[in-house]
Amino acid sequence: MKSHLLPEFLLERDEGRCTKCRICIEQCTYDAHYYDEDRDAVRSRNENCVNCQRCVVFCPAQAITVRGNPNAYRRNDNWTQEAIAAVKQQAETGSIILTGMGCDKPNLTYWDNLLLNASQVTNPSIDPLREPIELRTCLGGKPDRLELEFSQGGVVLQTRLAPQLELETPILFAAMSYGAINLNVQEALARAAAECGTFFNCGEGGLHPSLYKYGDHVIVQVASGRFGVHRKYLNVGAAIEIKIGQGAKPGIGGHLSGEKVSEEIAKTRMIPAGTDALSPAPHHDIYSIEDLRQLIHALKEATNYLKPIAVKIAAVHNSAAIASGMARADADIIVIDGVRGSTGAAPRIIRDNVGIPIEPALASVDQRLRDEGTRNKVSIIASGGIRNSADVVKAIALGADAVYIGTAALVALGCTLCQKCYTGRCPWGIATTDPEISKRIDPKIASRRLTNLIQSWSLEIREMMGGMGINSIESLRGNRLQLRGVRLTETELQVLGVKMAGM
Amino acid sequence: MRERGNGLGGGFAVYGIYPEYEDVYALHAMYMSGGARKATEECLGKNFRILFEEEIPTEEAEVWDPPLVRRYFVEPRSSETSEDEAVADEYVVKSVIKINAKMERAFVFSSGKNMGIFKGVGFPEAVAEYYRLQEYQGYMWICHGRFPTNTPGWWGGAQPFGLLDWSVAHNGELSSYGANRRYLEMCGYNCTMQTDTEVLAYALDLLVRRHGIPPEFVAKILAPPFWTEISHMEHARRCLLTAMRQTYGSLLMNGPFSIVVGHKDGMMGLTDRIKLRPLTAALKGEFFYLSSEEAAIRVVSPDLERVWNPAGGEIVMSRLRDPRILKIPVITTRAVRM
Repeated sequence: MKSHLLPEFLLERDEGRCTKCRICIEQCTYDAHYYDEDRDAVRSRNENCVNCQRCVVFCPAQAITVRGNPNAYRRNDNWTQEAIAAVKQQAETGSIILTGMGCDKPNLTYWDNLLLNASQVTNPSIDPLREPIELRTCLGGKPDRLELEFSQGGVVLQTRLAPQLELETPILFAAMSYGAINLNVQEALARAAAECGTFFNCGEGGLHPSLYKYGDHVIVQVASGRFGVHRKYLNVGAAIEIKIGQGAKPGIGGHLSGEKVSEEIAKTRMIPAGTDALSPAPHHDIYSIEDLRQLIHALKEATNYLKPIAVKIAAVHNSAAIASGMARADADIIVIDGVRGSTGAAPRIIRDNVGIPIEPALASVDQRLRDEGTRNKVSIIASGGIRNSADVVKAIALGADAVYIGTAALVALGCTLCQKCYTGRCPWGIATTDPEISKRIDPKIASRRLTNLIQSWSLEIREMMGGMGINSIESLRGNRLQLRGVRLTETELQVLGVKMAGM
Repeated sequence: MRERGNGLGGGFAVYGIYPEYEDVYALHAMYMSGGARKATEECLGKNFRILFEEEIPTEEAEVWDPPLVRRYFVEPRSSETSEDEAVADEYVVKSVIKINAKMERAFVFSSGKNMGIFKGVGFPEAVAEYYRLQEYQGYMWICHGRFPTNTPGWWGGAQPFGLLDWSVAHNGELSSYGANRRYLEMCGYNCTMQTDTEVLAYALDLLVRRHGIPPEFVAKILAPPFWTEISHMEHARRCLLTAMRQTYGSLLMNGPFSIVVGHKDGMMGLTDRIKLRPLTAALKGEFFYLSSEEAAIRVVSPDLERVWNPAGGEIVMSRLRDPRILKIPVITTRAVRM
C-alpha cells in the first residue's frame, strides 16, 4: 500500500559546509542519513527523521538543519495536520498509534497561571547567600501529636514515628524501569540521587544487582506485572511504591516487547528472555480499596515495618476521594501523576485524553485530606509536568511535600522530547536497551548532569523562598497564600484554593 | 510611647484583676450592633451559667468609634465540665471560637480566669484611659501598640489576642501564615481574623493545652533549631527535635516575629529563629520585663539590674512563685504592628 503520509520533518544539509565525515550517519539510529557512493555525497531520508537533533548537535561542520515540513494540508483548525495524519496512518496500519513522553497539547498547564509572592517592607526577604534556607524534606506518615514523658532526667519521647525518607531537596527522580531505559541511565540516576541526598525510583522492571549498592537511595516499585519483586528487592530499597497508575496512561497497563527483553533485563524482571513483559491494566489482587490496604500491609510485613509504602495513582476525576481512601488504607506516601506525566510508550489517544492536570488534582487531594484530618498521616508527591524550579515551588505551595521529575531528568541527559521512546532506538542512548546505543550514556558524566540540575534547581528554590521570607520548606508546604492566579475562572481559582492576583 | 505605633490599635492584658471571680471564666465581648448582642447573649445563656455581667466601665478618651463592650463571669453549663478543668477549658475554647466564627458583629476577645484583655482602636494610652485601667490592680501587665498592615484597624484586631488565660502580643508578619493557618484549621481552629497573632495564640493553645507540651519545648516547634544544629546534638535530643520538626513542621513560624505571651503563671518572650525582630529582657528586684525595645523598659524602670537580648529562637520565661502572693510587678512590653 502506498503511504499517503507526509514526512514530518525535512533534513537540510548545507553542502558547502558538509565535509562528508559521516558522523551524522553514525549518530542517527533511524537511518535518516546515508552515504551515496555514486555521487560521493551524504543524503537524507526525510521520512525517517524524528527531529531528535542528535545529528545537528554532533555535526562538526554545523551543516544540518531540521525543519518542519512546509508541505501542509489546507489549513483547518478543526481537522489539524495531526488529526488528518492520524487517520491516514490508522487507515494504513489498522493499529493504535503509539507515542512516548507526556501530553503535548496546549492549555493544560496551570503552573503558568500561578505566580509567586515576595516580601516587601512588612516582612524582610532573606538572602540565601547569607542565611541558611532549609530544603530538607521528610516523607512518611506523621503522628497528629507527640507524647512526651517528663522525668527528672529530662524528657523522653514516647511516640514512635513511622519510617521517614529524608531528602536534602524536595525533588526525586520518577519511576523509569530497566527496559524502558537502560542500565547506564539507571546508574546515572542512582548515583545522582545518592550524591544529592534524594531518591530514584527504579520503576517496575526490578533492580539490577549492580545497583543494590545504591539501595539507600532507591525507591523500589511493585506494579501490576510484579516484575522483579522478591524479598531482597523489597528490602534493599529505602521505600516501596505500589504503582496503580501513571499520568500518561491512566487505566491501562504496560507492554515491553520481547525484542527488548535481553538476558540481563529478563533476569532482573524474572521472566524468560525474549518474551513480552506485559503489565496488566489493574493489579489482579486489587479490585477495591480493602485489597490495596492488604497489599500495603503485606509489604510492610515483608519489610518489618521499616520502609514507608508509597502508592502512586494517575490524576483522575475523583483523585481526592481515592487519595482519602489511600490514606485510610495506611499508605505513607501518596503519589499523584498528572496528565502531562511521561511514559516510554502509550497509545497517543490515551495519553492526550485521559486524566487531569496535576495542579487541580494536587490541590483537591491536599484539601480533601485536610478536611478529613488525615493530611498528617501521609506525604504527597506531585508528579507529571514539573519543568523547572518554579513549578516545584508552586507544587509545594499548593500542598505537595515533594515532586518527582522524569522528563526533566531525561532532558538533562540529552532527551529532546521527540516522543519516539517506544521504538527503542533513542538516538540519545536513553530510551533504548540496545547495547551499542546505550553506550552513548556514560553513567559518570550523566550523573554529573543530573546533580548539576538538582543543584541549580535547589539554588533557585532557595532564592524564591528567601524572597518570600521563608527559610524552611515546611513553611512553604500548603502555603497557598504565596500563590496568586492570573487568567483563571472563579471555579479554577476555587479548586486551586488560590486568590486572583491583586486580591 | 507613640514612636512605633500609629494609633490604629492599642491594648492591654492584665492578670489578677478579678480576684472575686477568680474561679470562673471572665468573658469580654464587643458588639458592633444590638442584634449581635442579643444573639450572642442567647448563645451565652444557653451554654453558660452567668454569675455576673455588666458593661465594662469606660470614659471619654481619644479612641475611634467604640463598640459596646460587656463582660460576663461564667461557668460552663454542661455537667461533665464541672469536675475536670481541662474539659471546661476545651468547652470554653470551642464556645468562643464558635461565637467568633458565627456572629458577624460580635467578638469575644478575652476568656481567661482572673484576667482580662482591654483593647481598641487608638494609641495604647488612650485605650487605657478609655477603659479606666488606672482603677485595676494586676500582678502582670502586657501592652501593645499597633501599626496594622494586613488587616484594617478595628477593635477586635487590636492586641493582645487572648484565648483562655493566654494572651499574645506580637510584632512582625509571618511568611508562614498560610501554612500555619491551614494546619490549625485541620485541628479545628477557625481562623476568622486574618492575623498572624491569632494563629500564634491557637498554636500555643494546641501545643500547650491540648498536646501537653511545655512552653520551652513549644519554642523549639515555633522557632526550631536548624537541621545542621540538630545533627550535632547528642542522640536523645537529636531524636526528640527531629521528631518535633517532622511532626509539627507546619507550626514553624517563619518570618519576622517577636512575641510576648502571658498566662496566669508568668510571661515569656520569643523571636523567630534568625531574630528578624528585636526582643529585650530585663530584671530589677522582683520585677521582670520584656519588650521589643529596651527604651520602653527604661521608661518604666530606668535603673535595671540586668538587661539582655535573647538569641533568635531562644525562649525567655519568668514564672511567678505563686500568683496569689501578689508582689504586683509591673511588666510591660511595648510592641508595634501586628
